[in-house]
Amino acid sequence: MTEILGDKASASPTDQVSRLVVLPFKKSIEISFKNIQVRFFRSMITTMSLVLAVSFLCFTNVGMQVADGLLASGDPDKRQVLINAGYDIGPQDTSVAATAKQRWIVILSLIVCVVGIVNAQLMAVTERFQEIGTMKCLGALDRFILRLFFLEAGMQGLVGGGIGALAGAFFSLITATISLGTVALIQVSWLNVAGSVLWATLVGFFLSLVGVFYPAIVAAKMQPVEAMRTEH
Amino acid sequence: MEREKHNIVRVSNVIKSFKLGKVDVQALKGIDLEIQAGHYISIMGPSGSGKSTLFNMIGGLDKPTSGKVFIDEVDIAQLDAYELAWLRCRKIGYIFQTFNLIQVMTALENVTLPMTFAGMNSDDATKKGIRLLDLVGLGDRFQHKPSELSGGQQQRVAVARALANDPAIILADEPTGNLDLSTGEEIIALLKNLSAERVVTVISATHDFKMLNVSDQVVWIRDGRVDKIENREELSISLGTIGAIE
Repeated sequence: MTEILGDKASASPTDQVSRLVVLPFKKSIEISFKNIQVRFFRSMITTMSLVLAVSFLCFTNVGMQVADGLLASGDPDKRQVLINAGYDIGPQDTSVAATAKQRWIVILSLIVCVVGIVNAQLMAVTERFQEIGTMKCLGALDRFILRLFFLEAGMQGLVGGGIGALAGAFFSLITATISLGTVALIQVSWLNVAGSVLWATLVGFFLSLVGVFYPAIVAAKMQPVEAMRTEH
Repeated sequence: MEREKHNIVRVSNVIKSFKLGKVDVQALKGIDLEIQAGHYISIMGPSGSGKSTLFNMIGGLDKPTSGKVFIDEVDIAQLDAYELAWLRCRKIGYIFQTFNLIQVMTALENVTLPMTFAGMNSDDATKKGIRLLDLVGLGDRFQHKPSELSGGQQQRVAVARALANDPAIILADEPTGNLDLSTGEEIIALLKNLSAERVVTVISATHDFKMLNVSDQVVWIRDGRVDKIENREELSISLGTIGAIE
């Protein structure tokens, strides 16, 4: 009784601030982390296309850096090794630029990956309709739902992108060692390789956020009354 | 004790129409209803009668096409999204037919989530959550996930969650619809006790005649209108006939 009365008293307009529903950031991270953990298999599928695309991006970039490393040595033998391995290098070139075709393939793979993420995330939203509706019945605002989805996608993007980038770099270095010999590993600038891994990870993170954008809005705009629907 | 006569929900000439294709369908055709604080109300009616629509309206989940719905004398049509969320969080507790616990959270986390939304710090929320789970008889199971609980236990967690922020109203949508007879009776008894002890208004939409025994008032909805409102005293008479039908 007193609690109801107390509520009544706090409902005065001067007390507007206290009438705001909140979800602390730390709690959001906790919830979204748990979501990924529990739905590990589904998260893995969502992240898989990202891992593959990012690893392809990193593979290409690291491959070019290996070739750059060999060229930078200025040794004509090493230049010959590259030409033998099929690199198209003019006599004056000091770096191996990606061909237009290579760039296109990388960009296409990234686009396909984003479409894959949108698809997988839309499925995830549909699966979680009741959960989202329930949260809204409990007082969640649109932006809580948005934040949860973006946090999840961000974590997936960082982890998936990181794994993809490392895998891409690893396989790129192995391929280079096989086709060019161990000299590739000696000449390559490890700083540049690390840069490529970091760059590819960031691209993965960004693509994951782009991919979840539309599904997250669909989820956030959902009406709480959907939680009442029993047929699923 | 003037609060006893206080109307926690007031529905005034509410009409709700939906567009089905190109046809306007009126789900509610002018409903007037007053619900007193602390009562246990059942809304009965066949499916398609507008029962669910009225129910959602009272819960602030839907807005009327015309007419007004007051919750605690506040016209919900005047509220913006933030105020509606606050209302849902603090004033109303929801109980669903399908329990709707959040599957990835433990029983305790489910109960404390509304408290987090309400801005309570996590230690206090945990304490209160355990107390509420104790109250519904699940004190020892607070670390269990919903999938590890039986239907009746899940509904108990849902009742505890509905009580999280000491709401003035508990809205129960067919709370016994997915439960067997005895478990359903337990949940009804639990709701009735809580309603009496905590002076919470319980409003439930139901097909379940077991609910009528404990209701202070039964609102019969038929074809988008209030068919009749029966108080407890009158009920015992008509209950005889219902018992005969069953």
